[in-house]
Amino acid sequence: MIKLLFRRVGLMIPTFIGATLLSFLFIRMLPGDPVLLMAGERGMTDERYQRLLHEFGFDRPYWQQYLEYLWGVLQGDLGESFRTKVPVLQEFLTLFPATVELSLCAMLLATVIGIPAGVIAAIRRGRALDHGTMGTALVGYSMPIFWWALMLIIVVSGQWGLTPVSGRISLLYFFEPVTGFMLIDSLLSGQEGAFGSAVQHLILPTIVLGTIPLAVVARQTRSAMLEVLGEDYVRTARAKGLSPFRVVGIHALRNALIPVTTTIGLQIGVLFGGAILTETIFAWPGIGKWMIESVSARDYSVVQGGLLLIAVIVMVVNLMVDLMYGLINPKIRY
Amino acid sequence: MTDTTAVSTANAAPNNQAPVGPWREFWAYFSENKGAVAGLGFFVVLVVVALLADFIAPHDPIEQYREHFLVPPVWVDGGSWDFLLGTDAVGRDILSRLMFGARYSLFIGCIVVSGAAVVGIAIGLFAGYLGGWVDTVAMRVMDILLSYPPLLLALVFVAILGPGLENAIVAIAVIQLPHYVRLTRASVMSERNRDYVTSARVAGAGTLRLVTVTILPNCMAPIIVQAALSFSTAILDAAALGFLGMGAQPPLPEWGTMLAEAREFILRAWWVVTFPGVAILVTVLAINLMGDGLRDALDPKLKRS
Amino acid sequence: MKKFAIAVAASALALGVAASANAKTLVYCSEGSPEGFDPALYTAGTTFDASSRQIFNKLVEFERGTTKVVPALATSWDVSDDGLEYTFHLRKGVKFHTTSFFTPTRDFNAEDVVFSFERQRVKDHPYHSYVSGASWEYFDGMSMPDLIKSVEKVDDYTVKFVLNRPEAPMIANLAMDFASIESKEYADKLAADGKMDQLNQQPVGTGPFKFQAYQKDAVIRYQAHESYWAGKAAIDTLIFAITPDASVRYQKLKAGECHVMPYPNPADIDAMKTDGDVNLLSQEGLNVGYLAYNTKVAPFDNVKVRKALNMAINKEAILDAVFQGAGKVATNPIPPTIWSYKADLKDDPYDPEAAKKMLEAEGVKDLSMKIWAMPVQRPYNPNAKRMAELMQADFAKVGVNVEIVQFEWGEYLKRSKELDRDGAVLLGWTGDNGDPDNFLAVLLGCDAVGGSNRAQWCYQPFEDVIQKAKIVSDTAERTKLYEQAQVIFKEQAPWATIAHSVVFKPVRKEVVDFKIDPFGGHIFYGVDLK
Repeated sequence: MIKLLFRRVGLMIPTFIGATLLSFLFIRMLPGDPVLLMAGERGMTDERYQRLLHEFGFDRPYWQQYLEYLWGVLQGDLGESFRTKVPVLQEFLTLFPATVELSLCAMLLATVIGIPAGVIAAIRRGRALDHGTMGTALVGYSMPIFWWALMLIIVVSGQWGLTPVSGRISLLYFFEPVTGFMLIDSLLSGQEGAFGSAVQHLILPTIVLGTIPLAVVARQTRSAMLEVLGEDYVRTARAKGLSPFRVVGIHALRNALIPVTTTIGLQIGVLFGGAILTETIFAWPGIGKWMIESVSARDYSVVQGGLLLIAVIVMVVNLMVDLMYGLINPKIRY
Repeated sequence: MTDTTAVSTANAAPNNQAPVGPWREFWAYFSENKGAVAGLGFFVVLVVVALLADFIAPHDPIEQYREHFLVPPVWVDGGSWDFLLGTDAVGRDILSRLMFGARYSLFIGCIVVSGAAVVGIAIGLFAGYLGGWVDTVAMRVMDILLSYPPLLLALVFVAILGPGLENAIVAIAVIQLPHYVRLTRASVMSERNRDYVTSARVAGAGTLRLVTVTILPNCMAPIIVQAALSFSTAILDAAALGFLGMGAQPPLPEWGTMLAEAREFILRAWWVVTFPGVAILVTVLAINLMGDGLRDALDPKLKRS
Repeated sequence: MKKFAIAVAASALALGVAASANAKTLVYCSEGSPEGFDPALYTAGTTFDASSRQIFNKLVEFERGTTKVVPALATSWDVSDDGLEYTFHLRKGVKFHTTSFFTPTRDFNAEDVVFSFERQRVKDHPYHSYVSGASWEYFDGMSMPDLIKSVEKVDDYTVKFVLNRPEAPMIANLAMDFASIESKEYADKLAADGKMDQLNQQPVGTGPFKFQAYQKDAVIRYQAHESYWAGKAAIDTLIFAITPDASVRYQKLKAGECHVMPYPNPADIDAMKTDGDVNLLSQEGLNVGYLAYNTKVAPFDNVKVRKALNMAINKEAILDAVFQGAGKVATNPIPPTIWSYKADLKDDPYDPEAAKKMLEAEGVKDLSMKIWAMPVQRPYNPNAKRMAELMQADFAKVGVNVEIVQFEWGEYLKRSKELDRDGAVLLGWTGDNGDPDNFLAVLLGCDAVGGSNRAQWCYQPFEDVIQKAKIVSDTAERTKLYEQAQVIFKEQAPWATIAHSVVFKPVRKEVVDFKIDPFGGHIFYGVDLK
């Protein structure tokens, strides 16, 4: 196990270096001179232009810029945002909890509904319930979530007036963030109704972001269950006269969950992509919205740092999924 | 050059070598799946609409009828038979735009899938067959690409290349590349040491011939399934880019771009928001249904024997 | 779930009512996050709204809703006869904000003024580059480093600015956001604690509202400054709800979740006009959009050719298609909200026939030209590509063949400055200080050729007038000179003036006395709620 860990981490190092190189190159390839863009219609004197160019280090050769950048990254310094002059890492850390909170809720939704739905469909294979569940799942899987979000806003917020349109909590409540997770912070604040407001704001974004993972989990659970239900030990358990509930719930499900867990882990990248759309539509102050705004504002250092941080998170999560897979699956020995 | 050879042989090979039987068997399995047949049916209709849009669309998709801003669909009060699904904010006929939009979506899907598949298969074949440093470098690069969320990666690519339909296609093809590479490589690795490959090698076949003619046809099933799946992903991603303003640019009637333009009318005119989304959803759903049918028919593991 | 949500909504509503009974809270749905809270570092209106316009004061300020300069932290000022020395007499008893992170021990005085300017001017000042990449955009952009020779404290309540050359717009410049007065005491404390960058994140000023908290991309909170020198604000709590999407802003406005919103969708304007809960205010923006010919290149060096082309442009059609009602035809190079605007100036009539004849008379046949279209949206030109297409069609009618060219924005700005540029450029300008000089000299003066003078137009009679107006400090006389300059401009037609945008501000009915700021700002001191 430890050996596996080392080997996997070792494999991550070249990937990590590659990711730094790629995010560095991406940004250097973006068209447009950021210094000129900063000046806009007003323009600037040549002397000032040269000075800014120098301050940002753009006048040095690429390899030197890259080495300086890499050296900074290794020390946890991702530079400062061009726009706000705040360290990129600091901005990331203030916005990251919002994305994590939303992603976790979406994942929770996907698991809590997706697994039972998949199990039921597998048990009722070929019946109307199976077709209905899987048909719905396929619709969910095919969903353009940005449109889905707009539809939910029109109906749930607009027509029924049940949920707010955007934001994380009603403006009536004010407390300093402690953990950055609004659900926890609102409870900690002790303000009446704050938690309810936070929940209410979470509902639609969670549904939107959770839709595709939910469909994937349901489909994956069903096919894993089908495979397991055909295995000998399940037949044996049935033959032994164990109750169907024990057979399905204990024997089959436990084994079927192994590939499902992997699927859930691998949805992280999908979630980040979905977060870009979801956060933009619901004005959710998270990483996705931050990234797309920085791309369009050409905030070099933020795009560069943000890309790298997201890549690292995806890599780490994938590593954890792999390790967990090894842990829960006794058949795999390294 | 190698890319083109790889594909033409890949497509030709099953036709030449395989007897009629497997096709009939395939169709038997495929047609058993009612959803897949329905998906195929819708897809054919869509292709016809896209091809004949010039003749069957009631209006020019970018013609602005200045007296008919935001006309609701025909079955709603104030609707008009001239504009079956209503008009948008500058008086363009939504139905015609959707019909022409089908062209863009199908076009995007085809180009992305064929581009990503050709390049991805070529890289995967050689990485898998040659092994060594070629393999290591190729796989590390794919790992790096895979460690970014696909949509984010596409967004940055488009930012570099400049917003527009062509660049969005390139970006989406690039983010789909790793899947083909990995899939092909894995199949090649498992086939590489099979007897038939060894015998071909002993018989004196060159690397290029071995890889393309001998190995590739035997790896095609999972790749075809992947192609069907990535066709729908490509349409979704292109629409998402269009929605974020980074894909096709107005006044092109691409569905995602239409949604982006319609967003400001979300409270006033539900139809300008609803129909493009429905079009995306139904198209993607039809392709996914076909993809599921394809997988069931091609994947021996799930075949009911 | 439904029941639960309704219960929550009801309790939230009850709380809202309870809260508003004892304290007035105004919510402003702002369009984006501020870049920071030290206004001198930035140029974006969004940042100024969040910082200088609520938290800080300047020595002099613009009277709310006008471009007129009135005393603020300075109660009066004297200008020496040579126009080189400005002496400001400061207001006494002005309190800085007391916040959770800083308690001031003294009132505002000359030290604060000197600090606020010297940090921008003096390169080795400890606060000159206190955040990385700090650049004093406006201070440098308005060429203050060349202009100001020194800023001296005469006594605790007197400050003297010495200039290198006379500059009549100086007072107006000091009313701009970069001239906001920071607390030196607070800056010194931060420096001692080694947390200088906090100056840009937790601001302390003398303004009507004090900073309470900021959550990036979500919300900014302010409290009324109890001991504000001009009297406490009518609103107790001011909240900026950051809402980038215009249709969401409108929805929140309708739902009563915010009281004031900026930048509505043009598509929603009609609905807002008839909305019973909303007052739709409007005013011309402080900007001008234009097409600048390159007057150094034939045949555009010929006034008659430029005039003829101006007559070929159908501006009304452009307003409909590009501005969708949110614009007004521009005749003058300065917007009507600026003093000295010459209202009786006549625009070139739209007359393609006459234009065609004029071109023929000048021997211009089969003319092919380029029109440059900006790749970005600006208030003075929401869709340059579409505008260029309309002009292309208009020019085709007089036999001029137009090719539209586009560059990436940075490149566009750079290349359009080149003296031998091929083609006419679509561009515009948004005013900084409400002084005509800020338009006429910056955009049309001889010094700006090869720079912000995109027409490359240096015309001596015009130049003489605007140079004279720079030196004279009597406003009445300056007004005359600038009116004269506008007449010369119109005769010479280095640009086709196209449009001034019209700014719409939807505010809820219960908002009292909100005024549109000609500079595009949002100022909440003086605003009340019913």
